[in-house]
Amino acid sequence: MAIDNQTVRKIAFLSRLKVEDDKIEPTKEEFNKILHWIEELNEVNTDKVEPLISVNNVTLKMRKDEVTSGNCKDEVLKNAPAAEYDYFAVPKVVE
Amino acid sequence: MSDITKLTVSEILKALKTKEFTSYELTEAYLRNMENNRNYNAYITENAEIALQQAKESDIRYAKGENRALEGIPLGIKDLFCTKNIRTTAASHILDNFIPPYESTVTQNLLDDGAVFLGKLNLDEFAMGGSNETSYFGPVINPWSKDKPLVPGGSSGGSAAAVAAHLCAAATGTDTGGSIREPAAFCGITGIKPTYGRCSRYGIVAFASSLDQAGPIAQDVRDCAILLKSMAGFDEKDSTSCEVAVPDYESFLDGDIKGLKIGLPKEYRPDGLNSEIAAYWDKAAEYLKARGAEVKWISLPHTKYALATYYVLAPAEASSNLARYDGIRYGFRADGQHLDDLYINTRTQGFGSEVKRRIMIGTYVLSAGYYDAYFLKAQKMRRLIHDDFMNAFKECDVILTPTSPITAFPIGDESMLENPINMYLNDVFTVSVNLAGLPALSLPIGLSAGGLPYGMQLIGKPFDEGTLFNVAAKIEADAKFERI
Repeated sequence: MAIDNQTVRKIAFLSRLKVEDDKIEPTKEEFNKILHWIEELNEVNTDKVEPLISVNNVTLKMRKDEVTSGNCKDEVLKNAPAAEYDYFAVPKVVE
Repeated sequence: MSDITKLTVSEILKALKTKEFTSYELTEAYLRNMENNRNYNAYITENAEIALQQAKESDIRYAKGENRALEGIPLGIKDLFCTKNIRTTAASHILDNFIPPYESTVTQNLLDDGAVFLGKLNLDEFAMGGSNETSYFGPVINPWSKDKPLVPGGSSGGSAAAVAAHLCAAATGTDTGGSIREPAAFCGITGIKPTYGRCSRYGIVAFASSLDQAGPIAQDVRDCAILLKSMAGFDEKDSTSCEVAVPDYESFLDGDIKGLKIGLPKEYRPDGLNSEIAAYWDKAAEYLKARGAEVKWISLPHTKYALATYYVLAPAEASSNLARYDGIRYGFRADGQHLDDLYINTRTQGFGSEVKRRIMIGTYVLSAGYYDAYFLKAQKMRRLIHDDFMNAFKECDVILTPTSPITAFPIGDESMLENPINMYLNDVFTVSVNLAGLPALSLPIGLSAGGLPYGMQLIGKPFDEGTLFNVAAKIEADAKFERI
């Protein structure tokens, strides 16, 4: 499955990354090389194989539904690039 | 007194107990080494003040006889572990101003045992790379470099270089596809990636969550055993951490290996395998045979597919994990007219090229229409690779392989830069272990004709790190590798 320039633009947007116009073609070629390499997996028939999602079979534990941390507004906002009135600040999203 | 920074952790612990020198003196000596060796670029952030304060407190503990397991041991911390109030960058521009308000569980465990933190060590950006060349803070130089600067391996390149050059007594690393073992091999030191779930991932900047594990990088096998004991353990803050008792790993070092079955996977010995590493591999097997172990060839039939499987799963998980870097809540932000512009500008300027490549590959293999063909297919292949190991362990107790088919290569090597797949191929002996979630240790075995270290890898059954330490100690004693 080779990808085209249009797909490169689409993946870039889904990834919220910009690929400059002059980089679309080389990016496509590089991706096709990698995808071609990955397609060697198709040599193996896996029709009856269960996917392995995690190596440890632990059942996730339940814990009491209670507050374990909180009241740390200043710490939460400390690393924010922009914060106002105790909120994270972003560009205007509603016209 | 000879150079105290060349001592191992176990030797330092003895010396501190008998008051041959203080932790403060030792910490000062490491800080001097760090200052005199900044050309290696091993540290991203140095914490002289905090380290000296911690050392002072450790000396008080020794005076009172209240010393803990790692009291006063100066460590370097890979800059992927969140450290409270100390900048944590993941070697990325997007986090270069991030100061965590919390501590990772692994580093908290080390602090609780009395360790001193000298600073935060360089790595490949978000631990994505095998040469430490993708760091926003520049490449790390391998202390074994001769006429031209060589890579230390990656992604824990700063950790391996700092331990090899005595810029810390030992270091933490993380390993998603070989990131502890490959740099340990390239720098002539020892490192272990424990079983998935052995160490908590809480507070470690996530790369591929189903593969990431923390582990120690140290001068010898004993030091790795001492450090892993402290780092490991169940943590309710990480739902994938396992509730399994952590044994005293040092107690395995004196065990014997009579009758132990050592497997050599025939798929790891293609015709083209470099003859030097093949000879060292045979030699390591001979050492074990001479001590009464039974050495036999085994088969891991799906080995050939491990790299391609890994390079679907790891980017897929990474693309999902790295979606959190949006420029809103923490980290670098670039301006944008609208919210999407802000996201796109922030991520495009904040991430380096290898990270962007993996995010896009990961996004593609997870996208509608391609999920089954790539991601699901790779998860099925992962099952086959995992089952290969489980079948092999019916016939043997430990698997012995080289860590990497090559030694350290020059920084900026053209064949590696020209095609990303060439760089990925260096992980050929290490990635399967992460896919199967197994513990694996790398230790130095000898030098190439050009005078660069080769590493041997031991792979164990789940939660059987103890046997790895036992076997590794025997190879170490027989190989008599001379560190820098």
